Amino acid sequence: MSLSSLTKDWEPMSYGFLDASAKREIRRKMLKAVAVPGCQMPYASREVPMARGWGTGGLQVSLTLVNPKTTVKVIDQGADDSVNAASIRRFLARVSGAPTTLDTLEADLIQSRHRIPEEKLRADQVLVLQVPNPEPLRPVQPNMSIARQMHADADYGRMWLQLYEQIVRSGRVMQGASYPSLVNGRHVMTPSPIPRWDVPKLHMAEHLTILSAGREKRLHAVPPFTRVEPLVFDDVPYKVEEHGELICGRSGAKGFFMNEIPQDDGTSTYEISDSDYGVKTIRQAEGAQVHLGETWYKNGELS
Amino acid sequence: MTIALDAPRLVQAQPLLTAQNVSKSYGDVQAVRDVSAEVFPGEVLGIVGESGSGKSTFLRMLNLEETPDTGTYTLDLPEVEGNLFELDRFARRMLCAKRIGIVYQNPHLGLLMNHSSSGNVAERLLVAGERRFTELRERASEALQASEFPLERLDAPPIELSGGMQQRVQLAKAIALEPALLLLDEPTTGLDVSVQALVLDTLKRLQQDRNITMVIVSHDLGVIRTLADRVMVMRRGAVVEAGLADQIFQDPQHAYTQQLVHAKL
Ligand SMILES: Nc1ncnc2c1ncn2[C@@H]1O[C@H](COP(=O)(O)OP(=O)(O)OP(=O)(O)O)[C@@H](O)[C@H]1O
Ligand SMILES: [Mg+2]
Repeated sequence: MSLSSLTKDWEPMSYGFLDASAKREIRRKMLKAVAVPGCQMPYASREVPMARGWGTGGLQVSLTLVNPKTTVKVIDQGADDSVNAASIRRFLARVSGAPTTLDTLEADLIQSRHRIPEEKLRADQVLVLQVPNPEPLRPVQPNMSIARQMHADADYGRMWLQLYEQIVRSGRVMQGASYPSLVNGRHVMTPSPIPRWDVPKLHMAEHLTILSAGREKRLHAVPPFTRVEPLVFDDVPYKVEEHGELICGRSGAKGFFMNEIPQDDGTSTYEISDSDYGVKTIRQAEGAQVHLGETWYKNGELS
Repeated sequence: MTIALDAPRLVQAQPLLTAQNVSKSYGDVQAVRDVSAEVFPGEVLGIVGESGSGKSTFLRMLNLEETPDTGTYTLDLPEVEGNLFELDRFARRMLCAKRIGIVYQNPHLGLLMNHSSSGNVAERLLVAGERRFTELRERASEALQASEFPLERLDAPPIELSGGMQQRVQLAKAIALEPALLLLDEPTTGLDVSVQALVLDTLKRLQQDRNITMVIVSHDLGVIRTLADRVMVMRRGAVVEAGLADQIFQDPQHAYTQQLVHAKL
């Protein structure tokens, strides 16, 4: 008996970079997360060739879901062309051989940091959100064990206390991104740092959303057709950003979430945050044959 | 007999609170030894004893924060029955939130120091399920007012308040939901004598107006004398003497109580 007969034959690196057991781990935890919407599932988080905090959680989920026929789109704050989004997209394509796209309508798998595209996602699409802080209770309870008990007891009074404090101090709810939301009437989750504008898109959505934090090693999910309700007081309604009247300075698109671009003279111009929707709007104006999908917001109002 | 005349409130059939043979050790330290107590509705029980005699530990157990090694604890309330020490975490939390108020010796234990004072009171109401902002604010102000807290400081965080005012915030939080039982752990310790008198006045008025059942712990006999109908004297975890307040103060039986009373007078 020789050493070589005891060891396995050499194999090329696993498909999609992650080894099979890492994928199995993530698949199991995704199933659990889908079974208990909004509940955080801890998972064994692998090293990927990227620093933790740069989307390693989302990347591991994408690597687990991807196959050679999956069309992949990656955005960072709504833009396909930021360095981080481009690197992740190229990495995903290189290790899986999957085709990539910038068009939301063409994508099967969308990995995103801090935004949900403006065009409605369909039942055959999966949205993967990168999450820096998966624990919505952290600001009110730094002790993780107690926070878990609070989730178990649905002990969420302190989340409302945070809102109370914001209203008392500033006259309104100041929580801009990561707005804590009750999922399926049971678990409070953070929707990752998406703006308030995007949270209603998760409510009773057709698509599956997986939210994954690589550094904190936890993921949670919003399955299709699940209630997602931002925490509010009965007498203080939820408000999204007042972007309904803003017009994109480059594409002319109106009624979507905008990036503010401060000017030298102290004023601001605006540019649509969903960059590909902006590009498609411009091309359509130029007379090209492009398909603009149905959007969640119409004329700045949620439809 | 003078007893019945002095304390007509005591002649009620059912005690609200019954604790029996409660003991608790921390390692080698037996903090509470075989303590039993009964408190009738509307009555104030005072617990006195030197430092380390187990007063706070006993009170924490009455607030269901701590489970004793042995003993039983019942409250005569429609929503609970049996030994409360056997309730699970969730049931304990709901019972404490809705029916038991506590004022801690150390305000840092009872308050979120960097939240607004009104928010501290509102938290109580939030646990009980109130979700209307205006209602929270109104009821928090009412409770703070009842505790004689200056309403212009409504939204000041406790960290910026004096010790006396912090105790008033704790008190407002404790009474916000009209508790059946109010537990007070040295509510006036650390306050100067004039502020101490004011807080005591507030407590006395609350007790008279709302007829709240109270258990008050103090090593200050003056405080106990002002408020308590009945007194329990503790030493090294055990009860050495218990009885009507007047009885204890005028005619202490146990040598330790005699020492305490005479030292004070
Ligand atoms: N969490 C704990 N862990 C270990 N020992 C404890 C704990 N809590 C209390 N003890 C011990 O139990 C005994 C009783 O403490 P307790 O705080 O009940 O006394 P006390 O009568 O309230 O005193 P004081 O008048 O100083 O507040 C002390 O010996 C104390 O050291
Ligand atoms: Mg004490």
